[in-house]
Amino acid sequence: MRFDVQVETRPRAGIADPEGSTIERSLPALGFEGIQDVRVGKSFRFHVEADDEAAAHALVEDVCARFLTNPVIEDSSITVTEASTV
Amino acid sequence: MPARIGVVLFPGSNCEHDAVEAVRTLGGDAEVLWHGDDSLKGVDGVIVPGGFAHGDYLRPGAIARFSPVMQAVQAFAADGGPVVGICNGFQVLTEAGMLPGALQKNAGLKFLCRMATLRVETTDSVLTSATDEGAELRVPVNHFEGNYTCDDETLAMLRAEDRVVVRYVENVNGSVDGIAGVCNEGRNVVGLMPHPERACDDLLGSSDGAPLLRSLLESAAKAAV
Repeated sequence: MRFDVQVETRPRAGIADPEGSTIERSLPALGFEGIQDVRVGKSFRFHVEADDEAAAHALVEDVCARFLTNPVIEDSSITVTEASTV
Repeated sequence: MPARIGVVLFPGSNCEHDAVEAVRTLGGDAEVLWHGDDSLKGVDGVIVPGGFAHGDYLRPGAIARFSPVMQAVQAFAADGGPVVGICNGFQVLTEAGMLPGALQKNAGLKFLCRMATLRVETTDSVLTSATDEGAELRVPVNHFEGNYTCDDETLAMLRAEDRVVVRYVENVNGSVDGIAGVCNEGRNVVGLMPHPERACDDLLGSSDGAPLLRSLLESAAKAAV
């Protein structure tokens, strides 16, 4: 079976995010008020061939832990959905 | 016999020749080790140099750590062999789990290329054994992602175990606790963002990097016996 996968990574809670804080500091100068707690992450999209959704999820979790994120500073969330048949 | 230092070359490394030159200037022997080889060719010490290994894609060091040579470097370090990661090499060693913490984008998102002053915090490491504790060394930094970070428990452990090897006198990049370099539990693996290999000759503006690399050469010579 073919699955659509989306992985989002972001700095872990408590880890400073220099990119997020730089963006946040620049917002008022650009006229945007009331925006707080900016955190910048990455989004990955890809396809996985696996026997079932659980197997696909397990594979993606492994890829996340060993490669897509640095667990020292990043968290990730994984969304796996069955790819629509063409 | 002079200590033989292997300098790892990844696609995108750009400080390997500086490292080789510095080691030879200091009386050591140096050779470049290709990242695709799984052997260290019997060297006595390893430098993982600066640059942009594998283009720094995904995260600096994230891809480099899977290179065949890194298996050999990990085994060498596990046996007590001296390993020093400089700049991108430090990032590779943290990604490989050989050193604690991680390196983020600099505070203020500034790329830094300037001289920095480091304070030696411990002489009990393969990079500082020939220096004096408290010595202030002028060594250049050249990085965008050199902002050292770790969680509170890790920081407490590094302090308690005296594993912060060098600190910035003026915190140039926002690093937690001003940390410029740390070592592993065995004190034979050290990573630092500043470039001692670029400060081994007065012609380059400073020779303060020389005692650091001399420490590595001495550690490697001891390891070779």
